[in-house]
Amino acid sequence: MNTNLLFLLLTGALVGAASGYLGSFMVLKRMSLVGDALSHVALPGMAIALTFGLNPILGAFVALTIATVGIWYLAERSEIYPEALVGVFFTASLAIGILVTPQPELLEALFGNLEKIGFVDGIITIVAAAFIFLLAREISEKLLLGVVSEDLARSSGIKMPLINLIYLFLVGSIVALGVKFVGTLLMGALVIVPAAAAKNVAKNIMSYQLLGILFGIFSVVFGVLIAKFVGISSGPAVVLVSIAIFALSYLFKRN
Amino acid sequence: MPKDILLSVSNLKVKFDEHIILDDISFEIQRDSTLAIIGPNGAGKSVLFRAILGLIPYGGKVEWAPNVRIGYVPQKLAVAKDLPLTVSEFLKFKEKDQKKIENALEAVGFQKGISEHLHNDKRVLGTKLGDLSGGEMQRVMIAYALLGEPHVLLFDEPTAGVDVSGEETIYELISKLQEKADLTIVFISHELEVVYKYATNVFCLNREKVCFGPPKEVIDKESLQKLYGEDIHFYQHHEGNHNEH
Repeated sequence: MNTNLLFLLLTGALVGAASGYLGSFMVLKRMSLVGDALSHVALPGMAIALTFGLNPILGAFVALTIATVGIWYLAERSEIYPEALVGVFFTASLAIGILVTPQPELLEALFGNLEKIGFVDGIITIVAAAFIFLLAREISEKLLLGVVSEDLARSSGIKMPLINLIYLFLVGSIVALGVKFVGTLLMGALVIVPAAAAKNVAKNIMSYQLLGILFGIFSVVFGVLIAKFVGISSGPAVVLVSIAIFALSYLFKRN
Repeated sequence: MPKDILLSVSNLKVKFDEHIILDDISFEIQRDSTLAIIGPNGAGKSVLFRAILGLIPYGGKVEWAPNVRIGYVPQKLAVAKDLPLTVSEFLKFKEKDQKKIENALEAVGFQKGISEHLHNDKRVLGTKLGDLSGGEMQRVMIAYALLGEPHVLLFDEPTAGVDVSGEETIYELISKLQEKADLTIVFISHELEVVYKYATNVFCLNREKVCFGPPKEVIDKESLQKLYGEDIHFYQHHEGNHNEH
C-alpha cells in the first residue's frame, strides 16, 4: 500500500468519524431530510468556485454556510419544521448547480473523485475534521438535552438557538469537506446512514455515538478501498458500504 | 424587593399574534410557600409558566429574587421510545457526581434493592427514558430538577399522563418536598382536592387573575363560576375523583 493511499484513508476516516458523530444528533433531532438536502447546496457553490478558479471546497463551504443560516432561521421561527420548504429550496439549488457546473467537473462533483484530493486538501480536511469533532463534543450534552425537551434546556439557561446554529454550521462544514470523497449527491447519506444504523443496535447514548463514529469510519475506509481496486466512483462505493451496515444492523435489531 | 418574596409579577401580558393569552397578571410568591395554579383548559396556565421562565416573549415585569435557582418539571414529555438515552446519562447532563444522582433518585422514591423500584428487573439508571412509565418519567424529571438544588420547583401538571397509583406517589412526593427548607413549590393542577390539601395559596387563572389567596378563603361558588363558567356542577361532581382529567 503506498503512502498516498494511506494518507487518503486517514483523511477519509476522519471525515467519516465526524460525519457519523454529527449524524447521531441529526437522526435524534429528526432532521435526516435536512442532512440529505443540505449536501445538494454544495454543488452551486463548487460550480462558482470552479468558474473563478478557486478551491471547490471553499465554494461548497460558503454555499453551505449561507444555507445553514437559512435553515436555522426557518427552524427557530416556526414550531413545525418547514420540511416541504427545505425540500423545495434544496432541490432547486441542486438543479441550478447541475446547470452551472462546468461539464468536465460535473460527474466528480456529483459522485466524488479521489484522484482530485491533493495534499493541501488532505491537510485542510484533517485539521478541520478534528476541530469539528471537538466542537461537536463540546455542545453534545446541550444538543441532547434539547432533544429531550427544548424548554427544559432553555429553562436551565442554555441558549438553544445558538447551540442549534453552531451545530448546523458544523454539519455544513463536514459536508463541504466530504464532497470530494462522496460527492454532493450522496454526502448527506454519510451523515445520516451510519447514525441510523447505530440507532438500531445502541443501548445508550455512549454506544450510539461510538457506533455512529465507527460505522462512519468503516464506510469511508472500506468504500475508498473498493473504489480504488474495483475502479468505480468513490461516492456510491462509500454509501453502499454504509447501507450494507445499516441492513445488517436492522437484521440485528429484529433478532 | 422584600426578602421574603421569591417572585414578583406585575402587569404580565402575553400575546400570540393578535390573541391575548394572558392579560394584566400581577401576583407575588412568598419564599418557602406552595402555590397552586388552577383554571380551565386553555386558560393560559402553561403559558404563565413559560413566561415567568423567560421561554416566551411577554410584556410587563417578571422579577425573581436575586440568584434564585429554578427547577422546572415540564408537562408530560413526549420522549421517543427509541431514543437511546438512559436515565443515568440524562441525569449526568446536570450532575456528574454519581453519589448525588443516587441521592436524587432516592429522594423521588427509587430506592436501592427494592424490587418494585426496579424497571423490568433493572436499576432505573440503566433504563432508557422512552421505556419509563408516565409516573417513573415524572419522578426522573423531578430528580433532574432537584439535582440543581433549586429554591423553587415549577410543576406543570405533575400527574398528567400518570396512572392512578402513580398520581398518589407524585403528590406524596410533593408534600415531602414541602418539608425541605427554603423550597418553594408552584404547581398547575386540575384537581381542587389536591389544591386544598397541599397549597398555601391558590391562583385562579382564566386569561386574567380571577382569585388569589389561601384556597379555603378564595375558592367559592363565585370564583369557580368565573373560572369554569355555568358548568360548575359538572366540576363539583368530579371533585375528589382521581381519575378526572
